[in-house]
Amino acid sequence: MDRPRAILVDISRCVGCGACSAACKEANGLPDTEETQLSATAWTALAEKGDYYVRNLCRHCTDPTCVSVCPVGAFVKTAEGPVTYDGDKCIGCRYCMTACPFQVPRYEWTSRAPLVRKCIMCHERVKNGQMTACAEACPEGATVFGYRDEMIAEARRRIAENPGQYVDHVYGEHEVGGTNVLFLSPVPFEELGFRMDLGNDALPELTWEALKKIPNLVTASGVALGGLWWLINRRATVDHLRHESGEKHPARPVRYTEPEKEGESS
Amino acid sequence: MTNWREKITFWRAAFVVIMIVGGIATVRRFFLGLGETTGLSDAVPWGMWIGFDVMSGVALAAGGFTISALVYIFNLKQFKPIVRPAILTAFLGYILVAVGLLYDLGRPWFIWHPIFFRNPHSVMLEVAWCVMLYLSVLAFEFVPAFFERLGWGKAVGIMKVVTPVLVIAGVLLSTLHQSSLGSLFLIVPNKLHPLWYSARLPVLFFVSAFAIGFGMVIVESYLSKRAFGKELERHIVTDLGRAMMVVLLFLATLRLQDLIARDAIPYMFQPTPEAGLFWLEISLQILIPVLLIAIPRIRKHPQGIYYAGLSAVLGLILNRMNVAITGMAGQLGDYFPSWEELSVSVMLVSMGFAAFAWAVRSLPVFGHEPMPAVVYVNPLETGKPKEPAAKLQAARA
Repeated sequence: MDRPRAILVDISRCVGCGACSAACKEANGLPDTEETQLSATAWTALAEKGDYYVRNLCRHCTDPTCVSVCPVGAFVKTAEGPVTYDGDKCIGCRYCMTACPFQVPRYEWTSRAPLVRKCIMCHERVKNGQMTACAEACPEGATVFGYRDEMIAEARRRIAENPGQYVDHVYGEHEVGGTNVLFLSPVPFEELGFRMDLGNDALPELTWEALKKIPNLVTASGVALGGLWWLINRRATVDHLRHESGEKHPARPVRYTEPEKEGESS
Repeated sequence: MTNWREKITFWRAAFVVIMIVGGIATVRRFFLGLGETTGLSDAVPWGMWIGFDVMSGVALAAGGFTISALVYIFNLKQFKPIVRPAILTAFLGYILVAVGLLYDLGRPWFIWHPIFFRNPHSVMLEVAWCVMLYLSVLAFEFVPAFFERLGWGKAVGIMKVVTPVLVIAGVLLSTLHQSSLGSLFLIVPNKLHPLWYSARLPVLFFVSAFAIGFGMVIVESYLSKRAFGKELERHIVTDLGRAMMVVLLFLATLRLQDLIARDAIPYMFQPTPEAGLFWLEISLQILIPVLLIAIPRIRKHPQGIYYAGLSAVLGLILNRMNVAITGMAGQLGDYFPSWEELSVSVMLVSMGFAAFAWAVRSLPVFGHEPMPAVVYVNPLETGKPKEPAAKLQAARA
């Protein structure tokens, strides 16, 4: 059961019918309006890029940025692959929106109690062994659904069997540490607006590098500051005592509770 | 006492207007939602309330931990008279940051969620906990001013014992919090402009906050002179300016070295709005203050150091806004704050000034030996101990 699923989008096969968007809206109870960009009410959108139609949706990263940045853990990467969202926990800080490398999460800006909205890869359906609504609705096999390793194999097969029809790249196989939505394209991805500069490392590593230093930093600086305070102030106290008692070296330690006497401060 | 009331009548009127406009904006914000009342969008989800109210607010509160560390841990007694105004600024600053967050959060009634739902991988969780804990520490650090005013000698004595613990906790929490605001942006290497994105953001945020801790006390001293005719001793202000200059030069070295290491130098000379903002930021935050303080003739001029402090404060605000808004938005989409965002920010700052003014008039804040002081002497009066203080003295004798 733990084998993660993935959506494979073959841009060369997409005819732009919009069945995926319509099925998504129906499956998730969203208002049935036609939208060409992601929004709080369009969790997947079909954009026309030159001769092609390109789907946009949450990529369900293997190591998702949104899951790592959410302070209250409202996002969860499930074993089946989908990244889900629990609106009851959300405080509305919108760090997920700032951090997402694909700029997917949308906000209910007009609501008085807004939530973050994005594709959840039909998690309930997937858990029950069904495919996502968009994959089920696609009449052209442009969106297919299955185990991630099998989807990568399928993508490789399509590239190998149709020489010249695809660029030799499965977008999402390695980007930001891999995603559970994969793309095949007949033209270089950058021409379709895909970012090619995201790198293959999962972004959460970047903040974890800083966060993991905290326990040591706190312990070490706490001890150092405490030690400094004790050294510096004890010296001042002892100097003061010696001065007061007229001795250079008091015979025994004197219990002293008032390091700052009247008139001592400059 | 009647004199200053007449003197600031204009400011009182301005304050009332700011409160009314801010109040209208507040009602609109909470009844109409964020979309209607802010310039925010899916492309630019963080704006002025994060970049100015939170990011700059926290940095401008840095004086609280820098000065208290210098005085209580390093025993630098010459800074003692400014501990309390610095802690008061930090305390008020953090309260306003928390209030600003209530405006910005989509579901502010769940602001307590990070206490119970914790994702240890989130920098935002660290930020949330630092705000909560440091706000508590600052409250404890400032509360002796109330105890002294009330003449509660025993309470003052207890606070004196725990002061070192509070100061060390405050330094640790501040270090974490200042740097964590920079860490927030470590995760957007592809969104933040290369003039600002750096793996060293946490360090840069911490060092710049450390510097501005001095700058803010300088500016406050000037403002309190204008408003109450009370000013810090000249040599303290000069020392603060010198300390700020040293930290700013260190910051300049760090930033230059960082830009070189990341091959980002060419971006400084491209004809882009980002490069313009970068130079404006560097000039205000580092070049102008350092020059003003380094030149003896200007340093000795009565107002030279104040201009240096003011410039550094403005530069720091621009730095935080550049990281949180313009450095991001330039690549992503257009953003301009709405009048609601602007007026709420102005209102919060004005409330800070008003609370500061009230505290300076009513509590032992300026020109007074702070926290561990045993005897309360009202600096406004002629140095005659107040009655509770006299009692306290007698009790101790």
